[in-house]
Amino acid sequence: MMSYLTQIRWSPYAVGAGIGILSWFTFIFLKKPIGCSTAFARASGMIGKLFSRKTINGKQYFKEYPPVIDWEIMFVIGIVIGAFISAYISGDFNIITVPRLWAREFGDSFIFRIIISIIGGIFLGFGARLAGGCTSGHGISGAMQMAVSSWVSAIFFFIGGGVTAYLMFSL
Amino acid sequence: MNNKKILILSLVFGIIFGFLLQKGGATKYDVIVAQLLFNDNTVVKIMLTAVITGMTGIYILKEFKLVSLYPKQGSFGINAVGGLIFGVGFAVLGYCPGTIAGAIGNGYIDAAIGGTAGILAGSYLYALLYPKAFIKLNNFGNYGNKTLPELLRVNDWVMIFFTVCIVFSIFMILEAHGY
Repeated sequence: MMSYLTQIRWSPYAVGAGIGILSWFTFIFLKKPIGCSTAFARASGMIGKLFSRKTINGKQYFKEYPPVIDWEIMFVIGIVIGAFISAYISGDFNIITVPRLWAREFGDSFIFRIIISIIGGIFLGFGARLAGGCTSGHGISGAMQMAVSSWVSAIFFFIGGGVTAYLMFSL
Repeated sequence: MNNKKILILSLVFGIIFGFLLQKGGATKYDVIVAQLLFNDNTVVKIMLTAVITGMTGIYILKEFKLVSLYPKQGSFGINAVGGLIFGVGFAVLGYCPGTIAGAIGNGYIDAAIGGTAGILAGSYLYALLYPKAFIKLNNFGNYGNKTLPELLRVNDWVMIFFTVCIVFSIFMILEAHGY
């Protein structure tokens, strides 16, 4: 058993089945499908509140999704911890400032990588809110419920991502 | 369950999710970008296996009235445009909102600093513009919270069987060609 836990990689099919089964339990006990991106929206409101409480309280979005610690924020914090545990016990934890594949194409400047990460993150955060979910909320949880909105979104995630990655790395 | 129990349980489920993502390699920049380039289909294999496993289970649980489903509202306008914008960010950043949390746990500093700040900013920008800016787009091809079997007027289990068969075929093709 321990040797499984300290393996660096599991079969993607085993990991996928595990995530699918985990979903049964989130539906039963939390009455929620797994999702991640709304946590960032709530957190952005919590940070905004530090600067201007009035602006945040006046926004329709934050009336519908109040900027408070909810189950999803706890879930996302859990992901950080779980990934750390898995990486640490298998000796796969590494501090990486500039990912290898990125460095090969765009050089190893940390500042440049951070600036592009911020820009990519803005598109990601905005797009997730406009589409109403992310790779987990639409791509996994919504798709398993067979929601039309989720299948359309997931297909466009990979069209947008595929074309952009091709332009960045294959040209 | 009271609120405190829900929060603790959510943390535990998150830990399991993060653990699984890391074991699958999905917390790594190189693995995610290789997926978007379709050089390595690890992420798609994880997602599709999760979808068919989860789907079969939750629809059985639903038959026994043990769970309710929560399909999201949407329209072709917001899902396609939002999906494309998300996809651009997915490739430029190299992580998505769930895997970025895992990448932070795996030691990626670009995820912890740049990516997280960007996602927070992008979400905030949306919240500032919501709902006025998106009304027209939301009305374009609106299908509400319909599911595929509802849209196509077929039985849930016909659709599940069909989906599982397609996913298995995709896996067999990928494995046969060494992807």
